[in-house]
Amino acid sequence: MSIKHKTLDLKKRMQGALLGGGQKAIEKQQSMGKMTARERIVALLDPNSFHEYDLFVEHAARDFDMDKKHLPGDGVITGTGTISGFPVCIYAQDFTVAGGSLGIMHARKISKIMDHAMNLKIPIIGINDSGGARIQEGVNSLAGYGEIFYRNTLASGVIPQISVILGPCAGGAVYSPALTDFVFVVDKISKMFITGPEVIKSVLGEEISMEELGGARVHSEITGNAHFFAESEQECLQQIKKLVSFIPWNNSKKADAFPKKAPKSRQFKIDNIIPTDPREPYDVRDVIRSISDDSDFFEVQELFAANMVVGFGRINGDTVGFVANQPMVLAGVLDVDSSDKAARFIRFCNAFNIPLVTLVDLPGYLPGIDQEHAGVIRHGAKILYSYSEATVPKITIILRKAYGGGYIAMCSRHLRADFVFAWPTAEIAVMGPEGAANIIFRNEIKNAENPEQVRQEKVEEYKKKFANPYVAAAHGYIDAVIEPNETRRFVVHALEVSSQKSELRPKKKHGIPPF
Amino acid sequence: MEKDNNTAENEVVFTEFVVDDASYKTQLNKMYRNRKPYEPINPSHLKSFMPGNIPEVNVKEGDQVKEGDILLILEAMKMKNHILAPFDGTVTAINVKVGDKVAKNHILLEVKPEVIA
Repeated sequence: MSIKHKTLDLKKRMQGALLGGGQKAIEKQQSMGKMTARERIVALLDPNSFHEYDLFVEHAARDFDMDKKHLPGDGVITGTGTISGFPVCIYAQDFTVAGGSLGIMHARKISKIMDHAMNLKIPIIGINDSGGARIQEGVNSLAGYGEIFYRNTLASGVIPQISVILGPCAGGAVYSPALTDFVFVVDKISKMFITGPEVIKSVLGEEISMEELGGARVHSEITGNAHFFAESEQECLQQIKKLVSFIPWNNSKKADAFPKKAPKSRQFKIDNIIPTDPREPYDVRDVIRSISDDSDFFEVQELFAANMVVGFGRINGDTVGFVANQPMVLAGVLDVDSSDKAARFIRFCNAFNIPLVTLVDLPGYLPGIDQEHAGVIRHGAKILYSYSEATVPKITIILRKAYGGGYIAMCSRHLRADFVFAWPTAEIAVMGPEGAANIIFRNEIKNAENPEQVRQEKVEEYKKKFANPYVAAAHGYIDAVIEPNETRRFVVHALEVSSQKSELRPKKKHGIPPF
Repeated sequence: MEKDNNTAENEVVFTEFVVDDASYKTQLNKMYRNRKPYEPINPSHLKSFMPGNIPEVNVKEGDQVKEGDILLILEAMKMKNHILAPFDGTVTAINVKVGDKVAKNHILLEVKPEVIA
């Protein structure tokens, strides 16, 4: 055979494989409002940048007449490419091939591209759209999942790992996304659960739809498993591109710098955002936008535990991670979910050399039996652990209230913030004036002729004396009291002077965070 | 803890929310609104610790039981779990029958402890 013939033969083979599960299956996928695996990869990556590997991998099952079946690429597409020039390894499960089910060769392809990502020190993006384990392959398919989970764990904190759920992701399969750094979901398309509605019905007799059990909204609002919620696959892919622009290739690099841009100071007037009465609400994201480059803020887990705001922005072109209490929701208290959310984000930033900017305005921890019983002690400890552990530059700005345990937890000097600034509106105290007065002057209030009047007086007295930044400043717990409109200038300078920060810690295998 | 304060800004309703004796104007999120009220534990209520079905009931109302007696079987996750009497006493109510499917935390039966004279 001539080279020409051999080339023709290759083309023919490729054509067959590139069709995946065939025209009919592709039409079915499209009728569900879903793109095919290949379309997704092409839409996410830079034009012509995708290079596919292992196209001719065949499945290895021999039982149940599987040997007579041909599954192109064994239901997963793997390769490398670029996103705005940023190199990535990528895999996408192909639902048109045996429902994207995971057999041993499918898993080996994923493992191989993950090994590539680790060796090349570039991010891995996994697009999940799979019915789960390929039952015909038995324990081999379980082995496949195990290999992937192990690699997810070793890669954690070394290269960024991104999971995109664009279809079902059920049973053991959910644990690969759960082990990765960011999970993207799309309304009405993503479905994640350990046991599906059918099992729940047979065991419980309870009926629930897939959407209500583990749809995109559930994971974005209630469970916190997902980090980014989109209305459509296109929007989801745009979100991934944006995220990738904020993070570095791996843990030995910094995120790429962008051209410096001033905030949109006309739209976000920092002097006018916060009400001076500490009990009035406002949107802390406006404060973030009033100091970030181009007033751009890319929020992570926007719908989950909204009393804490986390996300990425840039200051003078460099990526920073913002962590802020949100007075507009639950008065910005720390609770089980918000502590968990912040802690995880802080650890991502620390692992990938992203400085942390923390904005503080909270009355403390959320009181309640349900919180105590849900383990607010153990979950609340995560935020202390993550801030203390973090060695990236840490800059804290106290906007208003910083009371009690909440003050300490929100990256205080005591947890080794590099710089702590306070606005003149800051109130740094062991607790709020009302609570403190009620305790300290309990007897005086109780024995007074007019207890309510005395109580008010004592609250005012306490406020005057302690509800300000100057007591903490007198002890050196904050570095400077600054005017709100000086915030960006101080943050820019703090980041400049801490760019070479290095902190040596005792050598250890790893810490034991309160999981 | 909270009372509605019908102030609406951009359709956002703020509520008074008390932390440490101070009242804050804020929104309540879904998780907070849907939290379950605390129920004290009643040792007389024997509940299903996981969802399952009832293949066997060994007692009827009014029976005297000894601590450790197998009162019924809760079959769940392919295991036949024995539901034991927590103390000596009298069965005062049985809320399931053979063949029933029960949810988690369903009160299966009630046992009144024997009062030691």
